[in-house]
Amino acid sequence: MTETRVFEYTRGQVDEDDPLHGEVMRVNMGPQHPATHGVLRLVVDLDGETMCKVDPDVGYLHRGKEKTCESLGWRKFFVHTDRLDYVQPLTNNIAYAMSLEKLAGLEVPERGQTIRVLLMELNRIMAHLIYIGTSSIDLGAVGIFFYAFVQREQLYDILDAYTGHRMNNTYVRMGGVYADIDEDVAKQIEAFLDQFPAKVDELANLLERNRIFYDRTRGVGTISAADALAMSLSGPNLRGSGVEFDLRKQQPYCGYESYYFDVPVGTVGDCYDRYLVRMEEMRQSCRIAQQALQRLKENRGGDFIARDRHYVLPPKADVHTSMEELIHQFKIVTDMRLPKGEAYSAVESSKGELGFYIVSDGTSDPVRCHVRAPGLVNVQAIPMLAEGRLLSDMVAIIGSLDFVMGEVDR
Amino acid sequence: MSMILIWLLITVACYGAVIGTAALMTFAERKVSAAMQYRYGPNRVGPFGLLQPLADGVKFIFKEEVIPAGANPWIFKLAPILTALPAMLAIAVIPFTGVIGTFEGTEVLGSIANPEIGILYVLAVTGVGVYGAILGGWASNSKYSLLGGLRASAQMVSYELSLILAVLAVVATTGSLNLHEIVAGQSGWFGWNVFSQPLAFVLFLVCSYAETNRHPFDFAECEPELVGGFHTEYSSMKFAMFFIGEYTAMVVMACLTTTLFFGGYLVPFWADAPWWMGLIAFGAKTSFFLLLFIWVRWTLPRFRYDQLMHLGWKVLFPLALINIFVTGLVISFGPGAN
Repeated sequence: MTETRVFEYTRGQVDEDDPLHGEVMRVNMGPQHPATHGVLRLVVDLDGETMCKVDPDVGYLHRGKEKTCESLGWRKFFVHTDRLDYVQPLTNNIAYAMSLEKLAGLEVPERGQTIRVLLMELNRIMAHLIYIGTSSIDLGAVGIFFYAFVQREQLYDILDAYTGHRMNNTYVRMGGVYADIDEDVAKQIEAFLDQFPAKVDELANLLERNRIFYDRTRGVGTISAADALAMSLSGPNLRGSGVEFDLRKQQPYCGYESYYFDVPVGTVGDCYDRYLVRMEEMRQSCRIAQQALQRLKENRGGDFIARDRHYVLPPKADVHTSMEELIHQFKIVTDMRLPKGEAYSAVESSKGELGFYIVSDGTSDPVRCHVRAPGLVNVQAIPMLAEGRLLSDMVAIIGSLDFVMGEVDR
Repeated sequence: MSMILIWLLITVACYGAVIGTAALMTFAERKVSAAMQYRYGPNRVGPFGLLQPLADGVKFIFKEEVIPAGANPWIFKLAPILTALPAMLAIAVIPFTGVIGTFEGTEVLGSIANPEIGILYVLAVTGVGVYGAILGGWASNSKYSLLGGLRASAQMVSYELSLILAVLAVVATTGSLNLHEIVAGQSGWFGWNVFSQPLAFVLFLVCSYAETNRHPFDFAECEPELVGGFHTEYSSMKFAMFFIGEYTAMVVMACLTTTLFFGGYLVPFWADAPWWMGLIAFGAKTSFFLLLFIWVRWTLPRFRYDQLMHLGWKVLFPLALINIFVTGLVISFGPGAN
């Protein structure tokens, strides 16, 4: 038996004895609202400008992704994982692939692991740049949005060169990645990483010593370490509260244990701490990506995808020439089976712990695929952070919790 | 007869100049912000997109006018007028240049009117401007608009005192409420009021951003929170009126900053410059402050509205009081005292 704990916190109260207390006004923020990052609806009860009750209402972007997996089969669901947290599609791919590999007992070759690490870190930078851009545009600093997006655009160009797509790349397969990173792309990435830390500092200069930004975020949306754990927050939102929990360190995957990087943690757990944590994570991601690039250089020509023909498609040239490979291809495309059982595997995405829980009955039809989306948990924390504060703080809090509705609603 | 003609000519020229500048400002805002953000900005209509304000105006005229259900139609229509009108009225006393010439024994000045209480008049009419936002927010029958209107009223009480005290310091040093005399009092080496009243200048600059509802004090509209605030429900020319009002107020405040602190139409190191040189000097100085408006808007984050009240009452107001007190002491007992 697992112990069940009920987590309670005091909800915002209207002080009836306060002479300034007036009629409560109910405002619908969203689903069409410039600051809700998609289609989140917040039912806010306002006493003056103070939010006394906040109720997030999710589901406006629900597309039934988990159910879709059951009818599509394991392989075809890869395309749909991109559309969950669409600002970091490759991380979703990898998280899903890792669950499948865990159930299948498939080993990913070293070069494949390194490419995955590189892709995940680039995706983390992209996602954090979106966070910086959108959260500061909510606070009124419009320029920073563009400065962040100029950087992000370069990463899109790089991914375009590597995968042929800007968004929704779907370039990860069971057992590795679809294609190797060639020298041209590696050079582009290297050039990007060389100039990136200076650009992060530039963004930081505009925000960190800015009194207005400081006033808007310091002490706003504070969540203690205990509360954050009870809310099961993860990722930068948890680390902002001072809990040093990073799956890349605590439960390493893809060989993260062999990379040098630091995990930044905050002290107070307010919006400003979460901002600082993400800024530092971008610098650290840059560091990891550089190490990964170095390893790719040393390990040129290695396998980037496993050769297990139960799960991994044979190269096209072999399919055309060899009968056996044709059969393999046919079996994988039409009827790829995973062993009976269940598996859960999680990665540290830019939003927190992104996990895929899959159940297979041994046939080619999935029984269940559940996505542990960090965004949904983050949305859950909104009332706790926002109640009792001013309406203006809402945009700072939403921005700093950093969720993507595509992942929240699935 | 011909005196009236000259007076009419000056009136048309002044209004044309200010409203033309305001229209150009909407264009400049988009161009400058684009340059700051690696974008092109409008470049389709006319050379360099210069006719964009005109195209926008035409578009506004043809848009459907919507008055929301449950709105108070009269106040709803009155609000945009109340926003645009005060800013336009304030143009009347701004000295664009000095004496242009003499006609039938009367001096022709570079301003529409030259009342003895010029600065008092400006403060009085611009103070009315905020009612447009309050009434517009209230009459729209929309929750966001109401919040915007409330914020506008809260904002007004927190900056206006400091604004007036900052102006008062200038008035005290000059000894006149007449804007032409305030300008004339700033001649000579380091004669500009910004050198003798630096604190008052900073206070005035900050308050002028609040007065014009500009970033970082634009809570009344505040797009990410209130989706446009008091003008959420406005469309067509009524919305355009709010825009014209806002931009005209900006031009007026920039003109006032120049007049009060930067020697108005005086040309540095050229005491007897011709009147058209004064006009150019005035335009150049004003343009700088207009550019500053845009620059600040696209760089800084926005305050929270209670933080403006904090700033207004606990920082700006005490500073303004100290400033006026010290100014008074210097005037009474300082080197120039009689």
